[in-house]
Amino acid sequence: MTTPTQFLFRETGQADSGAGGQASAAVMDAGSAIHVRGLTKHYDSGFRALHDVNLDIRHGEIFALLGPNGAGKTTLISIICGLVNASEGTVLVDGHDIQRDFRAARQRLGLVPQELATDAFAKVHASVSYSRGLFGKPRNPAKVEQVLRDLSLWDKRDERLMSLSGGMKRRLMIAKALVHEPRILFLDEPTAGVDVELRRDMWNLVQRLKEDGTTIILTTHYIEEAEEMADRVGVINQGQIKLVEETRELMRQLGRKQLTLHLETPLAQVPETLSAYGLTLGDDGHELIYTYDGQGDRDSIPALLQALDAHGIHFRDLHTQQSSLEEIFVSLVRDGHR
Amino acid sequence: MNVYAVRTIYAHEMHRALRTLFQSVVSPVLSTSLYFVVFGAAIGSHITEVGGVSYGAFIVPGLIMLMLLTQSVSNAAFAIYFPKFNGTIYELLSAPVSSFEIVLGYVGAAATKSIILGLIILATANLFVDLEIAHPVWMAVFLVLTAVTFSLLGFIIGIWADGFEKLQFIPLLIITPLAFLGGTFYAIDMLPPAWQTVTLFNPVIYLISGFRWSFYGVADVSLAASLLTIGAFLTVCLAAVWWIFKTGYRLKA
Ligand SMILES: Nc1ncnc2c1ncn2[C@@H]1O[C@H](COP(=O)(O)OP(=O)(O)O)[C@@H](O)[C@H]1O
Ligand SMILES: [Mg+2]
Repeated sequence: MTTPTQFLFRETGQADSGAGGQASAAVMDAGSAIHVRGLTKHYDSGFRALHDVNLDIRHGEIFALLGPNGAGKTTLISIICGLVNASEGTVLVDGHDIQRDFRAARQRLGLVPQELATDAFAKVHASVSYSRGLFGKPRNPAKVEQVLRDLSLWDKRDERLMSLSGGMKRRLMIAKALVHEPRILFLDEPTAGVDVELRRDMWNLVQRLKEDGTTIILTTHYIEEAEEMADRVGVINQGQIKLVEETRELMRQLGRKQLTLHLETPLAQVPETLSAYGLTLGDDGHELIYTYDGQGDRDSIPALLQALDAHGIHFRDLHTQQSSLEEIFVSLVRDGHR
Repeated sequence: MNVYAVRTIYAHEMHRALRTLFQSVVSPVLSTSLYFVVFGAAIGSHITEVGGVSYGAFIVPGLIMLMLLTQSVSNAAFAIYFPKFNGTIYELLSAPVSSFEIVLGYVGAAATKSIILGLIILATANLFVDLEIAHPVWMAVFLVLTAVTFSLLGFIIGIWADGFEKLQFIPLLIITPLAFLGGTFYAIDMLPPAWQTVTLFNPVIYLISGFRWSFYGVADVSLAASLLTIGAFLTVCLAAVWWIFKTGYRLKA
């Protein structure tokens, strides 16, 4: 039986592999902000955290990497940013290999890790200046000031990090990641344990950065967050990318409904004359499945039912289904655990 | 070469020393001076001269070496252990910085601090005893090479350590005893013959002997042996650091 979620999953899966296989698409891919091919990670424990990950992040987009805890989101980001060694595969940042050409690659990247990590004894201003220096940029007090002001940290500039609240520390880590003016910014679970105000500020900042042309990759396990912010969503589970889709397209597909007719007598195949409806068979021909746009073709169902009647196809029962992103997600996760 | 990054790391580390001035400067200078006063006075009243050098002056190069070894190791070990401990190492690993530049920044700063300490102790000792430096250039060579080599060793220990105990283990249980038994307070020929042989297995005597030779022109072992020892140490440490960054040992999963 085909569930709506499998339907979505399969369709986008095909689109993906098709794009990867075409030569022209491959050329385009090399121009991606982030280009990941065949990335696999086995930790020393033997655990496989990533398995053959292929992913392209476009310039200037907000990409949400969506997946449950332990899916491999942090591992993927850590490999791209140089914190973890890949077992296999390649990663290009703006066309620069993260190993052979690590300077060019890393210069473009800014990372705000998931865990708060601060040097308690350092002071706010010095800490942010330090980050800029590490990335090979000359001192620029005006830039440091601007970043600190953007993150409401300017008043705290002479305080030691140990005196900052958790939210302030997170702001500081964002400031540190931005002060070298990266073209691509990674936010690993930016809103985990963050208060409403900071969350709002963060989203405003992300929008501003996007307007300036910064590519943003964020991870989250909140679906609404991905929905709200991202241009595209990638779903990852158990170290595998399950789906990559435009958020809008995903939402459109989510609007789709499915009508399942339980037939009195099984069909061997869908009659040729009904091909316009894109019907599929399920349950060994006992079910006839029609997928349709929830908003668009409202009149199509009566037409379909008439057409079926005309073909002498009768049904005992029927039901309709509508999928949600939540549902897809749950289904993907469950499939992974099977 | 990411010069800004090297400068940034170096400046950050030097600044940390200033912030902890007491711990990083006052305390080692004070304790070395105490050794000097106590041993110089207590033993110096029994042994007036060693190889034509007054006992007080004789122990100065060894004491500086002793401080140089322990401070270089613990300084550099702590410097790299700390960001590992508090998690800020992520920034270093994600920056466009080569391993050579990281080492240059951290080890450079740790070595600089040790050398400054050495010079402070030298100046302090000069207030109490008449110091002569027969071969100032060689003295500088030993000072710098030792500071750099043992800062490298400290850097390696800092990366290897996954707890504060391990961080202190090697300086406390290996380096300090070796330095104490390495001829700081006596010339080797003052020992019974059997102990003389045992002592020759202690690498630290080669360092102290060479360093002392640069002051007074007297040595327990040949200058060549001293230089060879420090050269071998340096090579081993460089190789270990190279391997650490190549494999990501204890730095990258
Ligand atoms: N250093 C490590 N050694 C062994 N396993 C690890 C290590 N880091 C992460 N893992 C495992 O890899 C999987 C993916 O982790 P992670 O990338 O942090 O997931 P996510 O960020 O999606 O929650 C988890 O099962 C985690 O336990
Ligand atoms: Mg994570």
